[in-house]
Amino acid sequence: MLTSRKLLMTAAAAALLATPALAQRGADGQLNILYWQAPSIQNPYLSGGTKDIESSSLVLEPLAYYNETGAMVPALAAEIPTVENGGVSADLTSITWKLKSGVVWSDGSAFTSADVVFSGDYCMHPEGGCNASTNFTDVASIEAIDELTVKITFGVAKPFPYGPFVGTTVPIIQKAQFENCMGAKAPECTEQNFGPIGTGPFKVTEFKANDVVLYDMNESYREEGKPHFSNILFKGGGDAASAARSVLETGEFDYAWNLQVEPEILTQMVAAGKGIVVTAFGTSVERIMVQSTNPDSALGDERGTVKHPHPFLTDAAVRKALSLAIDRQILVDAGYGAAGQVTCNVLPAPAVYASTANDWCKTQDIAGANKLLDDAGWVRGSDGVRAKDGVRLSLLYQTSTNSVRQGTQALLKQMWGEIGIETELKNISASVFFGGDQSSPDTFQKFFSDIEMYTNNFDGTDPEKYMNSWTCKEIPSPANQWLGNNMPRFCDPAYDALAVELSTTASLEKRAELAKKMNDMLMEYGAIIPLIHRGGVSAHAVTLGGVKMNEWDSELWNVKDWHRINPS
Amino acid sequence: MTDAPTSNNTGPDTDMEALKPHRSLWYDVWAQFRTHRGALAGAAVFALILLAVGVGPYLHTVDPTYLDYRSKNMDPNWAHPFGTDNLGRDMLAQVLAGGRVSLAVGFTAMGLSLLVGVLIGVLAGFFRWLDGPLMRLTDLFLALPLLPLLLVIIMLFRDTLRRAFGPETGIFLLIVFVIGITSWMQTARIVRGDVLALKEREFVLAARSIGTRERRVITRHILPNVLSPVMVSATLGLANAIITESALSFLGLGFPSDFPTWGRLLFDGKDFLTLTPSRVIWPGLAISLTVLSVNFMGDGLRDALDPRIRGR
Amino acid sequence: MFRYTIRRLLFAIPTLIAISFIIFALLDLAPGDPTANLPLTIDAKTREQIRISLGLGEPFHIRYIAWLNQFFVNEPLNIVEQWFGIEFSGSAERLRIRSWSTRSPVVDLIIERTPQTLWVVGMSYVVGILIAIPIGVISAYRQYSWIDQAGTLFSMIGFSVPTFFTGLVLIVIFSVNLQWLPMIYDTTHKVTDWSSFLFQVRQMAMPVMVLALFNAAQISRFMRSSMLDNLNQDYVRTARAKGMKEHVVVLVHVLRNSLIPVVTVIALGVPQIFGGAIITEQIFRVNGLGALLIGGIEAADIPLVQTLTFIFAVLIVGFNLIADLVYGILDPRIRYD
Repeated sequence: MLTSRKLLMTAAAAALLATPALAQRGADGQLNILYWQAPSIQNPYLSGGTKDIESSSLVLEPLAYYNETGAMVPALAAEIPTVENGGVSADLTSITWKLKSGVVWSDGSAFTSADVVFSGDYCMHPEGGCNASTNFTDVASIEAIDELTVKITFGVAKPFPYGPFVGTTVPIIQKAQFENCMGAKAPECTEQNFGPIGTGPFKVTEFKANDVVLYDMNESYREEGKPHFSNILFKGGGDAASAARSVLETGEFDYAWNLQVEPEILTQMVAAGKGIVVTAFGTSVERIMVQSTNPDSALGDERGTVKHPHPFLTDAAVRKALSLAIDRQILVDAGYGAAGQVTCNVLPAPAVYASTANDWCKTQDIAGANKLLDDAGWVRGSDGVRAKDGVRLSLLYQTSTNSVRQGTQALLKQMWGEIGIETELKNISASVFFGGDQSSPDTFQKFFSDIEMYTNNFDGTDPEKYMNSWTCKEIPSPANQWLGNNMPRFCDPAYDALAVELSTTASLEKRAELAKKMNDMLMEYGAIIPLIHRGGVSAHAVTLGGVKMNEWDSELWNVKDWHRINPS
Repeated sequence: MTDAPTSNNTGPDTDMEALKPHRSLWYDVWAQFRTHRGALAGAAVFALILLAVGVGPYLHTVDPTYLDYRSKNMDPNWAHPFGTDNLGRDMLAQVLAGGRVSLAVGFTAMGLSLLVGVLIGVLAGFFRWLDGPLMRLTDLFLALPLLPLLLVIIMLFRDTLRRAFGPETGIFLLIVFVIGITSWMQTARIVRGDVLALKEREFVLAARSIGTRERRVITRHILPNVLSPVMVSATLGLANAIITESALSFLGLGFPSDFPTWGRLLFDGKDFLTLTPSRVIWPGLAISLTVLSVNFMGDGLRDALDPRIRGR
Repeated sequence: MFRYTIRRLLFAIPTLIAISFIIFALLDLAPGDPTANLPLTIDAKTREQIRISLGLGEPFHIRYIAWLNQFFVNEPLNIVEQWFGIEFSGSAERLRIRSWSTRSPVVDLIIERTPQTLWVVGMSYVVGILIAIPIGVISAYRQYSWIDQAGTLFSMIGFSVPTFFTGLVLIVIFSVNLQWLPMIYDTTHKVTDWSSFLFQVRQMAMPVMVLALFNAAQISRFMRSSMLDNLNQDYVRTARAKGMKEHVVVLVHVLRNSLIPVVTVIALGVPQIFGGAIITEQIFRVNGLGALLIGGIEAADIPLVQTLTFIFAVLIVGFNLIADLVYGILDPRIRYD
């Protein structure tokens, strides 16, 4: 008896010692997440916005993610292919991904290269209405070399071949599940779109569109002991301020996303001690586009086209004065707090692309701005507004409806009033401003005002597509149904030449140099006035650990590592 | 020589006649109104609000749109009796300026809806051949779900009107129009009922028999007699218009951002509720007190104009 | 009575068709683009493809007829199939009205949200009625006493103070400062036992209070004026003269007669349960039909807004008819033919 007792004890001791301190999968119970824009679909290829892409990233995974510093980390791939390790061909026309072995879908079936090929075909289908189709530009073919190897061949040399399947906007979906959902049938597969089978740490158990999604942990997830949470309640709806309140003051939720509220509100809420605000900076810049054509409605069909230059914004002195008169730090303090930084570049990040040549804009200089305008011949009239040759400096300033943006508008109106420029403020509902409605005169492409303000950014870490926005052929006009990205109608052959050079350069340092040059060109000319480098702001409970706020990919990219910190 | 009494004014009775004050309908109405304490209080408060909003900006001369950025989020003090908001605008100036706009919208919208309602009610009641179609039209309007259509109309026409009339006037006209054409139905029904009853009265018959044209019958005989339900409708319409405008601004669909109205102030202030509660309390109180006082006045007016209650 | 009903029903049809046309046309003209909420990094060509895949390429009259067909034929067929398990032919190819943001059928979304709305807004209507009737009765019975003044004041305040103001103030007091009641409504909460039932009561308390106050205010005024009309009638004097107890006179005779106009007012207010309370649902994050409507309007999700708005219109027309009929049934003095 003694021996059996000893045996039992040794066995127990051995068991305790043998298993490392691996917590049980799902030991931490339920995680509550609140996104104040509710998810409306779980298929990121048909998504209605960032919230759908982020919520589905709990279930679906790509071949590689961008981590919080912007570097690529493999997810379903075994490693990142590069020219050095032979994964990318020397002529830059193909890339070969090796997949991790032993990965299974949450329904138990094996994950193979056939699923990767299928995902590519799904998104490239012409009738599918796939959101991420630009990630697949120039793809000639995607073929499965064997069960665990995929080769993507491009029609041209791609210095940056990581468009397909890198990042949560282009994950791998299961061929068996989505097989009958190709092309025009894609939106009709409601069951699949609401409950995709994935390889990620969670799976969808219940989906109520525009309301709430319930997830359970994926029992077949490839990493042992992860995820730490057994299920997730992902609620949507409301507004940013009440989302912040629910994490920071009432503690009802563990994580809230995109808290676009005034900083003093957040500071006051953080004082309750229940939560922490986290910020991360990506490539988002809130900027002012300066119109170089005449938006006067008297010009009829020719308004806003290059046929008629702008009456006063073609004067370089006016453009520079507008930028000099702005105290950007006040704009940051009033609307963004820790979630914003003053920036003088339209290309602020990653760090290698950030130019320092334009830092004169960081200090407000009212006297200098006034002098510039005086020297250029703009004389103040009796109403305080400057004029020259009968042209008054009166701006129509438009942006989308958003309380922080309206605050920025009010502040800028006052600042420009000090240098003798009159401003009329206009705000347009976001669904109209950012929509592509051909019949509406208020879209940001038509730009029928003197200046407009909004935020833009680019996916991933490579700025080539982004910088191409300001080439001459991207000017929106009636000829191309106003579908262009060059809102200020900036056109410079030297800039276009740099863009061509960028598309054929492979070395990272050279690319950085070119991109900086292009940025500096835009800043010198004054076609764009950058205001604030915006970061993402989210909040999580103090008891939630492992959060690595990420602006380069989904914020939930590492949810498998999140765990509950128990108060010791 | 007749037996009829002559009109010689002699004797004690006629002296008494001369001493008693001349009584008219409106005097009686006012007397009854005075006994309704709530109505009196309402009238006093409303007059006070009108005075404050009308004269206030001349006494407190801070510009409501000036952003004194360094003194943002302040509590009430001498320079800013209602505090400041997060961009440094003075709240008292904003409430006063907002009051002007909200009351202007309220009065104008009420006027429009009264005009339309009385017009339709009188036409429907007086001309039998118009009754059917006009009442069906009223039913149609009553059946339309108003709020969604209001929201959509505002989104549709906001920018067209803005271009035609300028930003503030454009949206003012739009909101007045929208509230006006969606709240005339009750008035129309009530007026129609009264006109139908009045049409059969003898004095109308008498006017017709001497050949009065229909237009004069309406303007001289019918309209003055439907005045009492119209007045009650007016007060209720005013209250309704102010609340609707605040609700639209609260949903973000009213006036532009740099144009204060009470609803807009509530909308802007709701996120700052815990930080600077005065931003929400003052406009909220202003709306509530205005509407409350108008409703009390309407109540008192209804009692005073009802001959069964008057003099009881 | 019967002829009257048939006539009203027959007339309702052209009314509804006219309303459907107005709604469809108005919403179709609305600016806004369903692809506007997509990230800006998606380029224009892709957006155009998405728009076409949503069916935006067709001209107006084709879409109108298609919508009418879907609303009046396809959807009821689907509902019948689901409830009775019968399978009609061509069920798989039948086009359903799909929301643009979720790509799922609109009817499913509506059915999902209806319980929330019925619970919170419906409950507040019931609570409002239960509060209003006693207040109205007592105010009328003791006219001009302090109870009457207090009741009038209560109904005036409930009537005048906007619901968004009271809602916000209640949130600050009860959620943020006292932390007694939760601020965000949990739609997944299931009532299985006593403690979960208590939680459901707690999370419903504030929105119900706010709406009940507003509803009670309106109904109590009607109740009061209706009671006042009846208390002065001859039959009341007769009943008292006969020696009936006071509470029998008031609660059995007068109340029942006074309830008639109040019942019609209540019936007229029922459609508001479904579409109204938009603001309250916004503030308390109750995921009901009002929140669905606002979300649809902001996202320019036209099929959803069209269908939902038209359903409200149908409810309004229907309940108007019911209110008139109920009035006719309850009050023998009213005869429509």
